[in-house]
Amino acid sequence: MDGIHDLGGKQGFGRVRYTLNAPAFHAPWEVRANALYGQAVRLGLFNMDEYRHAIERMEPRHYLGAGYYERVLTSVVTLCVEKGLVSRDELEQRAGGAVPLAGPIAPGRGNRPDRQRFAPGDRVRVRLDHVPGHIRMPGYIRGKCGVVVAESPAYPFPDAHAHGVPAQDEPTYDVRFRSEDLWPQGADAALVHVGVFQSYLEPA
Amino acid sequence: MTDQPTVVQRTAPLEQRLEAVEAALAARGLPIEQGIAELSHKAQEEWLPRNGARVVARAWVDPDFRRRLLADGRSAVAELGLSMPPHHRHLVVLENTPTVQNVICCTLCSCTAFTIIGLPPDWYKDLEYRSRVVRESRTVLREMGLDLPPEVEIRVWDTTADTRYMVLPEQPPHTLGWPQEKLAALVTRDAMIGVARL
Repeated sequence: MDGIHDLGGKQGFGRVRYTLNAPAFHAPWEVRANALYGQAVRLGLFNMDEYRHAIERMEPRHYLGAGYYERVLTSVVTLCVEKGLVSRDELEQRAGGAVPLAGPIAPGRGNRPDRQRFAPGDRVRVRLDHVPGHIRMPGYIRGKCGVVVAESPAYPFPDAHAHGVPAQDEPTYDVRFRSEDLWPQGADAALVHVGVFQSYLEPA
Repeated sequence: MTDQPTVVQRTAPLEQRLEAVEAALAARGLPIEQGIAELSHKAQEEWLPRNGARVVARAWVDPDFRRRLLADGRSAVAELGLSMPPHHRHLVVLENTPTVQNVICCTLCSCTAFTIIGLPPDWYKDLEYRSRVVRESRTVLREMGLDLPPEVEIRVWDTTADTRYMVLPEQPPHTLGWPQEKLAALVTRDAMIGVARL
């Protein structure tokens, strides 16, 4: 999904609001919101990929204006309503006001049938996939070439797992890209590594 | 004055939205309160950067452990009694050298090896760090107080799957021979994210 969450390489943002020993939480309700999503995953109410994708489906102005833990909370309430655990009416009655939810979900997809094994040192290209549902491919690597530096164990395929589509687990490859190849004449020199699912890759 | 229902409803405050969903799930017999108490405790008292600091200090003093850590981080941290959630199936430890600075991020959201290096700080989850650190890495690090000489190569690691990363900082030379506990006290979360050197 080419949503607002896909921030890597976006321009116009200012300085990082960095402080030494910065906290993870700023209010007690944030600790509770974080624990609630964790408990919901432990109880099997939804999985991590569904959780991530429900954040991504937030309306873009809501996403950008919300703090991190408001996004966590919005994902939880959206999934609870979508899965029929609780109605929006009940939530709004209990909350005493409107409860904004994320936007609708598009179809998911399974693994690529022609996916291939790669080994460290292999040169690969990220496929030109434009997927309306969940995908863990930041837009800045789409169509770009890099070199495999490592292979992970097999993980659930997010494009399927976020949508209830059956699929096989598959490995990811840590792929090394040169920033000059990602943003020619438009980036600080660096090596940028991304964990790329096997289905997203083809030989370069 | 009228009895007509209003069309525009105000948005409920965040805490009331949170309490509403907690109460609705609890009313269905789900163990919500107990789970929140347990996970809140872990987030504030157990998943702390001191865990990763122990790992780093051990790697500095024990070359065999360092080799095991670089080969398979998840098994190596388990030797120190540290665990990772089921979906973090792989821990990759990134070794800094005098000419290499590794830095981790999550452009798509906020992923970290939180049971080892602690939950991510506010700035890590903010729009500015997520958008800029992959493309303006040297500039962003300089703005954050880490001004690297040009001969230091920057390696950015975007956490996009279930692999988790931590940076193994370089040991400051004046600390050679120190005991592990004293070394661990030097190691900061920001050095394990890779936005600071020790």
